[in-house]
Amino acid sequence: MTAQTTQARDLAVVIGLEVHVQLETATKLFCGCSTDTADSEPNTHTCPTCLGLPGALPVVNEAAVEAAVKVGKALDADIPEETRFHRKNYYYPDLPKNFQVTQYDEPICQDGSLEVAVADERRTIGIERAHLEEDPGSLKHEGGAIDRAEYTMVDYNRAGMPLMEIVTDPDFRSPTEVRAFLEKLEEVLEYLGVFDAERDGSLRIDANLSVVDAEEVAEDGTIPTDVLADANRTEVKNISSHKGAAKALSYEETRQKNAVRRGRAVEQETRHWDESRGITVSMRSKEEEKDYRYFAEADLPPMRVSGWKEEIAIPELPDARRERFREEYDLSAEEASKLTSTKQVADFYEALTDEFDAGFAASWVVDRLLGELNYRDRSVGSVDRAAFVRLLELVDSDDITVKNAEEVVLRAMLDDGSDPDAVVEAEGLGKTSGDAVEEAVEEAIADNPDAVEDYHDGEGGALNFLVGQVMQSTGGSAEPGAVNELLREKLDS
Amino acid sequence: MSEPVDPEEVRHVADLARVALNDEEATRFAEQFGDILAYFDALDEVPAVERDADLTNVMRADDTREGLSQEEALRNAPETVDGYFKGPRVS
Repeated sequence: MTAQTTQARDLAVVIGLEVHVQLETATKLFCGCSTDTADSEPNTHTCPTCLGLPGALPVVNEAAVEAAVKVGKALDADIPEETRFHRKNYYYPDLPKNFQVTQYDEPICQDGSLEVAVADERRTIGIERAHLEEDPGSLKHEGGAIDRAEYTMVDYNRAGMPLMEIVTDPDFRSPTEVRAFLEKLEEVLEYLGVFDAERDGSLRIDANLSVVDAEEVAEDGTIPTDVLADANRTEVKNISSHKGAAKALSYEETRQKNAVRRGRAVEQETRHWDESRGITVSMRSKEEEKDYRYFAEADLPPMRVSGWKEEIAIPELPDARRERFREEYDLSAEEASKLTSTKQVADFYEALTDEFDAGFAASWVVDRLLGELNYRDRSVGSVDRAAFVRLLELVDSDDITVKNAEEVVLRAMLDDGSDPDAVVEAEGLGKTSGDAVEEAVEEAIADNPDAVEDYHDGEGGALNFLVGQVMQSTGGSAEPGAVNELLREKLDS
Repeated sequence: MSEPVDPEEVRHVADLARVALNDEEATRFAEQFGDILAYFDALDEVPAVERDADLTNVMRADDTREGLSQEEALRNAPETVDGYFKGPRVS
């Protein structure tokens, strides 16, 4: 191929993911050590099993297997008749046993899929497999970068934490699709109650990325397998968030496209995402191709859990809930989608519909609460539910204006944890009674003869001026619309 | 019959396990592995027997159990620092 045609080539990106998620269980995958290790001293959550001491026997945690079956169900995957664990052998200090217990050719979930919305398009991402495995320990490299460190410090608190590795087909055609998928996956996992996004390091992503001729991509996004097999790909490691994934993969996409356009080959290699520098760097290693010598873990008998798929119920998933919200509560597509963005928000909203009109509650959560929370970078979990209910009661019973409820009471509740009634009392926000408004209107007319004259001369600004006077004298607690109406009534009579 | 083991294979596995072998050792172990694997060939001649049914679904409930203290966990370590196992630099 000549340099010229190389330059003229239109290139398309192909991405596949390996997503590691930590399953929310009380104990580790193969021993009874607590998984609640946040803020713990190093090596205080270990036992002979997760330290790999001689003679210790692993026994699988039933809750982790249940969680895996739930994930399989949500991803519409097959749970095979029999599934088992294997040992993956490699030498690294984060593995106390010198092997990781994982699943090899008999994973617990196979052939699933997850549908995601990217812009207005629905895309179905194939899930090749999802399997259970134990997390290695964590390392600290003392005295600088990994290759220059003086020594390594090892903490096995994380060793044996239950992970699920979810492997997708190479179905992504842009980093944006990857981000949408990860958000959706997290949402589904949270709905299942098997995952906590807030937990440090609970989501870790490796991505395979290659570029191919754009003309090889069919209308429906499929690419011939031989074209895929021929393309050199890089594996990008160390991605830990949706945002990081989109950034890392956009960088890598540009890097590969530039290489191809300059007529250079993309090297098949592993690259490390350096979040702080915003680039991927080659992890050239002297080691030959990985040779993990997988073999069946004889200490863990095989599992036959395909029947659990019927027995274990999973909650309503986000897509289904969104559609139900639209129908049951007569919400717009946008409202329904925002209210089901996380399980937390959806549960919070749905509980409100017991007491309030569904549309009224939806507009308060979507238009006001979520906006104020977003602005403060907080989640709905930090909201005092009882206080929010009281706020809606005050609005619903017409005791305070919508404007004051939002701008004064809601903000004070969120910022200072204030009690709504106390704020109304302290700020004098109780809606001014009809008599008081009427009095203020009459007073405004009496005090501003010039404005009254301007009004009768047809000057539009005069009425607004008078409304402003009334609002001022009532401390903002009158409804501007009602004041406006009352003023006209008095002036025109 | 099992395949003979050559010294190259022995060296490869030794590398993966971070074991240093010289040429003489690699050759000697290749012969010994060959002998060991040959013994297993004898099993091919054992007639089929009834065996116990395999275990399946051996699981435990998700209940926490007291583990080791930091001091106990580190007791076998040649070197420690601030509650961590201390090891050589890795790369």
